[in-house]
Amino acid sequence: MLEDRHDFKAWLYLLPALILLIVFTFYPIINTFMIVFMVDYDFLYGDYTGWTLTGNIQAVLGHRQFWPAIRNTVLIAFVSVPLSVIISLFIAVWLNSIKKLQGAFQTIFFLPYVTNAIAVGLAFAVIFNRDYGLFNYMLSLFGIDPINWVAPGSPWRFSMIALLVFITWNGLAFKIMVFLSGLQSIDKQYYDAARIDSASRSRIFRKITVPLLSPMIAFITITSFIGAFKEYTAIVGMFGEQMGYRGQLITIVGLVYEALGEPYVAGSVSLAASAAIVLFFMTLLLTIFNMWVSKKRVHY
Amino acid sequence: MSTQNNETTYDTRRQIIFKRVMRYTFVYGILTFFALLVIIPFYWMILTSLMTPDKIASDIPIMFLRFRDMQFGNYYEAMFAPEAPDFLRYMGNTVLVAAISTVGTIITTILSAFAFARLQFRFKELFFLLLIATMMIPGEMFVITNFITVSRFGWVEMVDQQYYHAVLAMTLPFMTSIFYIFFLRQTFKQIPNELYYAAKVDGTKDFQYLWKIMVPIARPTIITILILNAMGTWNAYIWPNLVSTRPAYNLVSNGLREFATAIEFLPQEEYIGQQMAAAFVITFPILVVFFLLKKHIMRGVSRSGIKG
Repeated sequence: MLEDRHDFKAWLYLLPALILLIVFTFYPIINTFMIVFMVDYDFLYGDYTGWTLTGNIQAVLGHRQFWPAIRNTVLIAFVSVPLSVIISLFIAVWLNSIKKLQGAFQTIFFLPYVTNAIAVGLAFAVIFNRDYGLFNYMLSLFGIDPINWVAPGSPWRFSMIALLVFITWNGLAFKIMVFLSGLQSIDKQYYDAARIDSASRSRIFRKITVPLLSPMIAFITITSFIGAFKEYTAIVGMFGEQMGYRGQLITIVGLVYEALGEPYVAGSVSLAASAAIVLFFMTLLLTIFNMWVSKKRVHY
Repeated sequence: MSTQNNETTYDTRRQIIFKRVMRYTFVYGILTFFALLVIIPFYWMILTSLMTPDKIASDIPIMFLRFRDMQFGNYYEAMFAPEAPDFLRYMGNTVLVAAISTVGTIITTILSAFAFARLQFRFKELFFLLLIATMMIPGEMFVITNFITVSRFGWVEMVDQQYYHAVLAMTLPFMTSIFYIFFLRQTFKQIPNELYYAAKVDGTKDFQYLWKIMVPIARPTIITILILNAMGTWNAYIWPNLVSTRPAYNLVSNGLREFATAIEFLPQEEYIGQQMAAAFVITFPILVVFFLLKKHIMRGVSRSGIKG
């Protein structure tokens, strides 16, 4: 009697969330998909003049910023994710091996997670300033001439390096925290056994820590890739809404918001939707690939 | 024979101690190095916010400031100068938006988490799966249509947007969160069933049980959700930027970014001090909240990595 089904009551409890989810989550998925196939979609009245299978997709593929956006997005993901995963894994292992000051270090490493990407991005822009930035000063100690990293006129490769430094820095906090809590949940017996066998530290790391942490490493890698594919706010913080000099740091999401920023221009909402669909499939492909890899490699 | 043996032990022990000291030096050294890398941008923000233009533009960057050299006027100018953006107002807007969306989120989250954790109903598994599946979809898919939706509600008037329309547009789409529902459901599920049965026998209504027993027990998780959600609003940039059409309705991040864009082609060193002051002013409240409620925040975040 106590565990009776309460269909009506249960849905009543779910109702507030359900209404919001239908309006702002479920309906948008369907609608955004449909916009991709509509000709001349008018965002304010919902009018459209007909249907097209690939017209809007072709428009986005032919957009002058599309391939630069793909290149930047993929580059950001494939550089910043492995880098930040590896660095944060090491930091977490080191952090886990000390007792004194562990809490203090943990707090410091966590700071970038809670702070505002726009505010910190502006601070990075100052550090990377050509004329009086700290970074160029450091380089000058090695005899390297000042480089224009962020200001208008900056070459793409330098802007990209500066951006990657910021994004990697920004991504460490969350990963360190998650890896550390994973390390702390590993059964101490494994390490005791290894110590009795007098296994070396690097061997313990390779044969115990990494395999036991591998589900978490896989999970973090997937979610970080998905996150890196959506990089936008960090770029705006450091380089502004133009996304770098002449938009050279444009990403897929940047393309979406650039189009959505001028919704009255004909075809721009369809362009935004098509770019979002491209992002959706990139994410999907990556998730499937990652699942396939982790099924083979991950030790549960 | 025995003396020799003792000497070897002594030697190896010394070696072990030496190795350990080396190791700790290395570990603390490298952790300090990375900690410095994390802190430098914050330090630089504060340092620059206290500099005069000629100090900012000095050829060799100034790494320390004496107290009497600190230019606190940058803070005054960033906050109160007539030509500077109205950051006090943006802070007010942000607090209001954060409060509304957080209260909304917590109500919808508690109710749905209760249904998922405690009640049996038809299509429960299916609905649950559907929610998990939506978490995989990039947010931009929602943003596009949500922008259209709030525009059609008349909340994004380009010419004469009302304040309450802007606030509605900024809060309503964020009054529920699938992630928080899962997070709280997980905590609710750990509450022993016996408590529920006992309450039932005593004739307690479900809603009373939820309010009087489950919510107090799950308080740490609820506090974590409150903080993470409020901090999310404080740092939000994209959506407020899309739906607020008047500068007066800016949230802090948007105000800060607009300030930076406005001075892009002016002599930067004249304004960077003020800009960094503004940046620190909006970073500071987050830091205070973080240091006060560190435990709750870190717990929530490390939990979110362990898929529940």
